This record gives sequence, structure tokens and C-alpha cells, in this order.
Amino acid sequence: MNPIVFGYLAAAILLLSLLAVTNKNPVHAILLVIVMFFHMAVMYIGLGAEFLAAVQVIVYAGAILVLFLFVVFVLNIREETGGERFSSVWPFGLSIATGLLLLAVILSGKVRLGAMGPYTPQVIAAETHTKILGRVLYTDYILPFEISSLILLVAVVGAITLAGREDR
Amino acid sequence: MNLFDLWMGTSQGIQGASGAAGAAGIALQLAIIIIKVAVIVGVLMVHVTWATYFERKTIGHMQVRLGPMRVGPHGFLQPIADFIKLFFKEDVIPASADKPVFFVAPVISIFATMSAVAVIPIFSGFEIADINIGLLYILAMSSLSAYGVIMAGWASNSKYSFLGGLRSSAQVISYEVAMGLSLVGVMMMAGSLNLTEIVKAQQKYPLGIFAIPQILGFFVFMVSAFAETNRTPFDLPEAESELVAGYFTEYSGMRFALFYVAEYIGMIGMSLVAITCFLGGWTGPFHIPYVPFAWLLIKLYLMIFLFYWVRATVPRYRYDQLMKLGWKFLIPLALFNIVLTGAVKLLVKA
Repeated sequence: MNPIVFGYLAAAILLLSLLAVTNKNPVHAILLVIVMFFHMAVMYIGLGAEFLAAVQVIVYAGAILVLFLFVVFVLNIREETGGERFSSVWPFGLSIATGLLLLAVILSGKVRLGAMGPYTPQVIAAETHTKILGRVLYTDYILPFEISSLILLVAVVGAITLAGREDR
Repeated sequence: MNLFDLWMGTSQGIQGASGAAGAAGIALQLAIIIIKVAVIVGVLMVHVTWATYFERKTIGHMQVRLGPMRVGPHGFLQPIADFIKLFFKEDVIPASADKPVFFVAPVISIFATMSAVAVIPIFSGFEIADINIGLLYILAMSSLSAYGVIMAGWASNSKYSFLGGLRSSAQVISYEVAMGLSLVGVMMMAGSLNLTEIVKAQQKYPLGIFAIPQILGFFVFMVSAFAETNRTPFDLPEAESELVAGYFTEYSGMRFALFYVAEYIGMIGMSLVAITCFLGGWTGPFHIPYVPFAWLLIKLYLMIFLFYWVRATVPRYRYDQLMKLGWKFLIPLALFNIVLTGAVKLLVKA
């Protein structure tokens, strides 16, 4: 990926995330996260993962954040925006975050790259990302794929049972 | 090697090529794309303008009225008069509105609907962006249109707008599922997400369209398209007898016009997707010389007419009926269509 493009995307993602976390108005915070997700989608395209980019927008921006908005709409915005920006335990959270950051900086020199797999950027460009992803998911990873879909099904059935309990 | 590769530097060629030749190539490609965008947006806006006239005339005649008659011959210049009126109207902003969100909501609406048109092949080899995941891109952009509505409803700080916004977003999200599933059959038959490939794949089938083998998918897609664009019989978000004008009650002047334009672009965009995925795109039963996009336009006008015809014929749904239709009928039907398509495909192959 072009380093200038990457630099812009990385900076924008960081900045937007920070703005979203520090914003007092929850609706504005969610809208900032949407813009951040778009930058992440462009990042995926730059890495040749076009299917992930589309799914990022469809699932996260298109579905999950709309549900977040639904929840936030029920809150009283005036009450939410009136309080303190951070809860009283923020120094504790900040120290943990700083520690993790330091650890990442120290360990970043020690990272060893694994052996390269068969899917180089040239192979992906020739066969298209969606096709390769589908094939790998439905052959090599069919068991984890089925298990995760079963877990989601159980969650759906559970949610329906909980929501429909009053009818009986 | 397209412009996006050039910009991203993912392509091998650009990393080798440098200096004036590379820069000139980029400038040329950029110029071509900008011209294409200008042409398509221009044509689209003209169509939107006269789509309002076409709608009023069609519905007028269906109700044994004449429709607009005063401005120009048979009222043909009525859209221009409407535009001048909207342009000079006062732009009222509610005092308690959330201003940044209020301003950006119509822009998101129009951006989401308009950007979906970028990947539609107008005729063989002419589209703004020929991308591998064209169909997914369209689904992604149409899922964003919910934001314009939901933000407008919330930011206006008005009960009618808020209820309209909630209704609309719940409706759009529900019907998006059915729409996405109905297009899976098309993806399976074409074996591609690229819209040009989908049009080419349809040539092997009777009449050169997918609508016959994918009749279930086509039906689910069309019903969902009506719901996605908030058109009658699913126009509950703007049910005037209950919610004034729904999510854009508090909008006026140009901002109101933006929502209006977004609705018509959404309708044209959905028609174009239906034409590309189910009705053979730019191809037709016989070749029309000199006008490569003639079939696309004919099909588009018929689809738009269908939207108006349904509006003049079918009464509005009740909200619980709407949700029931979406979740308990259309989604299972679309899932059945996927299983059926897969089974037939395997049987024919074997």
C-alpha cells in the first residue's frame, strides 16, 4: 500500500477513535465510529481484501451501528451530555492502557514473521479475494465455520425464547 | 490496472513507472473518470427532475385527472417551476435541532443512493467503476441510506420526525436482509459478484434474463426494493395521515428537496440493480443500432412506471403487517430460493 495513503488512514482511524471515545454526546460518538469504519474499509481494500471491506460496511456500519443508534435514542441525551466526561476510575484505565502500549513497543522488535502462505497478493488479484475466501472457508475451515454458525443459531433461538416468554 | 490501483500503489506497474509518463497517465485516467461521473450525474438529475412529472401525470391519468397542465405544454415544465420554488424557499432550522447532524443527514441520504449507481454497467464497457464486488458494494451503499433517515428523524427533535425515522430504519434494516438473500440466487447462477459478469452470464438463459429461472428471487427483490425506497405500499415512514411527513417533517427548502431527490435516485438506483441482476442489463431481444444504452433506458422507464402503477393501485400496509411480510414470508422465501437454486445447479451439473 502507498505509504502516504496508509499514513492518512492510520492517522484518521486513531483520531476518529479518540474523538468517538471522548465525545460526550453518544449519537455523535456513534457517527464518528461510522466514519472510522469507512477508513478501515478503505484500509482493507488497500490490503487486497475487498470482500472484508464490503462486509465491514454492510455488517458493522449498516447493521450493528444502526442497532447501537436504536439503543442510544432511548437514552436521555441531555442527561448523558451533562455529566463528567470520564468516570472516576480513569487513572486506573489510563495506567493499564499505558502499560500495554509500553509492552507493545518493547516487544515490537522481537516479532518474527511466520512462513508465507500460498495466497500471495498476485494469486489473490488473479483469482479475486471473494472466491478464495469462500473456497478456503468451505473446505479447509468447514468445521470451525459450521460450529460458529451453530453458536449464532443458539444465540438467535435463545433471544427469541427470552423475548417471547410472556406469551406463554 | 485501474485508477484505484494507481492510487494505492498495489499494482506492480506503477511502482516501476515514475516521472512525467506516470503522472500524465494518472491525470488522464482521473480526467476520464471525472467526465464519466459528470455525465452520469447529469443524466441522473435530468431523469429525477422529470420522474416527478412522469409520476404526477401517470397517477393523474390513472385517477381520471389530468395532472399538471399549466406550466408549458401539458405541464411539461412543471418540474422546473417546482425547483425554482424549492430553491428560493426559506430554509427553516428548528431551534432545538442538533445542527451538525441535521445538516449532514440529507447529504448522507443523497450520497448513499447516488454512489450505488457508480458500479452499474450502463452499456458494455461503460461504468464509472468496474469492481469485483459490485453487488456487495451496492448492498453496502443501500445499507447506509438508513443513516440519512435515522439521523434526520433524531436530529429534528420532533415527535413526528423521530417516529418516522424509527419506523423507516426498522423497515429498511428488515427488508435489507430479504433483499440481500434474494440476490444470492443471482450470485450463484452467475458465479460472480461483478455486475458486468452477471449481465454476460444471463445471455445463456431464455430471453437473456435471470428473471425466469430466478422468479422467486426477482419477486422478493422487487417487494424489498419498494420497502427500501419507502414507496407505496410501504411508505409508512412518511404516512401523512399519521406522521405529517415522517422523518423530513422539519426540513424545508433545499434540504427538503435533497431528501426528495434522494428518494427518486433511490428508486432509479433500485430499478437499475433489478435490470442488471434480473432483466439482462443493457442487452435486449434485438440490437438497436447507434444507441448502446437504449434497452437499459427502455427497461428503466418500464420499472419506474411499475413503481407509479403500484402506488396508484395498492393501499398502504399496516406496520405489523409490513414486519410480518418481511420476516415471516419474504426471508423464508428467499432462503428457499437459495436452496432451490443450489439443488438445481448441482442436478444440472451432474
